[in-house]
Amino acid sequence: MIFSNLLLNLSKKTFTITGEIEPLKTTNIHEIIHTALTLNGHVTAVNITDNPQSFAYMSGLFPSYIIQKELGLEAIYQLTCRDKNRIGLFSDLLAASAAGIKNVLALTGDHTSLGDNPSAKPVFDLDSVQLTKMIRRMVDQGVDPNGNTIEKPPMLHVGVAANPNANPIEPEIMKLEKKVSVGAEFVQTQVVYEIERAKEFLKETAYLNIPTLVGICPLKSVKMAKWFDKECPGISIPPELIERLSVAKEKRGKAGVIEENIEIFGEFLKELKTTNAAGSHIMAVGFEWIIPKILERAGLKGAFDWRSLVESELTLEPKIRIIK
Amino acid sequence: MIITELKPFDQIVNMIQPYDKIFIVGCGGCATICQTGGEDQVKEMAERIGKVKDIVGAVVVETPCDERLVNRDLNKHLKGKEIDAMLVMACGVGTQVLSKKYNITCIPALDTKFIGKVERIGRFFERCKACGDCILYDTGGICPVTRCAKGLLNGPCGGQTDGKCEVGGWKNDCAWVLIYERLKKLGRLDKFKEYREARDHKLKAGPTELILVGERQR
Repeated sequence: MIFSNLLLNLSKKTFTITGEIEPLKTTNIHEIIHTALTLNGHVTAVNITDNPQSFAYMSGLFPSYIIQKELGLEAIYQLTCRDKNRIGLFSDLLAASAAGIKNVLALTGDHTSLGDNPSAKPVFDLDSVQLTKMIRRMVDQGVDPNGNTIEKPPMLHVGVAANPNANPIEPEIMKLEKKVSVGAEFVQTQVVYEIERAKEFLKETAYLNIPTLVGICPLKSVKMAKWFDKECPGISIPPELIERLSVAKEKRGKAGVIEENIEIFGEFLKELKTTNAAGSHIMAVGFEWIIPKILERAGLKGAFDWRSLVESELTLEPKIRIIK
Repeated sequence: MIITELKPFDQIVNMIQPYDKIFIVGCGGCATICQTGGEDQVKEMAERIGKVKDIVGAVVVETPCDERLVNRDLNKHLKGKEIDAMLVMACGVGTQVLSKKYNITCIPALDTKFIGKVERIGRFFERCKACGDCILYDTGGICPVTRCAKGLLNGPCGGQTDGKCEVGGWKNDCAWVLIYERLKKLGRLDKFKEYREARDHKLKAGPTELILVGERQR
């Protein structure tokens, strides 16, 4: 049974684009709606993060609800195992489904010691594989982690993360295999900058037969690119890519960097579309407006216009809003 | 081995400040091996504290965590002595056994760090969380509950790079990469692929007791 536009798109093998919104340390919901407006119409669904890098931010539950309600933009509610035990996770998932959320991304979560409240107790009662299984049992069997019956079970699709940059890669793939075996329905990967690495990973995981959205993250500035390359473990940016951005900056300033980004990532997506990737997850936190431009460059505009879907294609209950 | 570390001396001085007559108890077991509560350390402590307080006695009990040995060995040393407080150079268990037994203020001189291995003096490594449900057979003899910063049971997270863990600044090995390498060497990667259910935390609900009955009782 398909509950969401995202899964419908994936099942139709439409090249699918997802975006990302990060709730911050604020009660200002307008900022989130504003970002969602920028993404609306360009992406199939938007991930709402759950205290990324263990920074204490607004919970993703309400933002996930509000972008669906106000904009009809579908949310992928991210949930990590770091802050809540199985009871907390379970109860948030019931609330999420009650609020009309259809997609969940089950994550381990960064360790508390890396965040802005490093003395907090890390929970990790479940890991991401166990969380995936818990969600699938909630949906498919209508039970809580201990097997108690849920009166009206949630309707949720569960996605998982994977890191194509992992070294060694074999344990990463074996873990992904476990996630698939307990019922994961789609994959969104960590940021990849080398198309060859993405292709290799897609080949290595093809046997799992799970729709995979390859993560990309445009680089707002040369400084950001260098910082990313140096400070972000597991992510390496090819030197020639940094060089291209540097040259663009020298010649044409900030606008040059943006233009070069559109070129680089437009090309990346174009190439990705020729593979067995299900689509791409674009993380452009802080400059989401670049996403439509990249998609246009990649010739992807309109390819994912889920708003043209007719209601009868969706086996939804309760119905989600289809915005014309 | 229960690994202990001497508390900062200032902190010890602060705690003993209200008391005059101090009795020092060391530990002949783990704390002796860690060189935190053995004979030499007890002597040194007595000298340092002795400058400001009245040391009425200082002994090393074989294992202060064992009530039977405390009864056998320590009672006689305390007989007839007036004691305001006991300074205990043992793990938290030793301190609690003495505190309950003598109903006297017991001051911990050590911090109990973890259950670990001794590489050599000054190099101790945590290896067991006493989770009560050992899975070492499944994980190539490497404990993910202890050695994975998140205690994950089904494989590495995104926080590993080149086999190192993001927690603690890339110094520690990723437990799951170690497990992968070990199982691969042993030809048992099937064990890696096995799904492991979430742990049963009932096993550690509240202070755990082990009371053997019937056939298991000796």
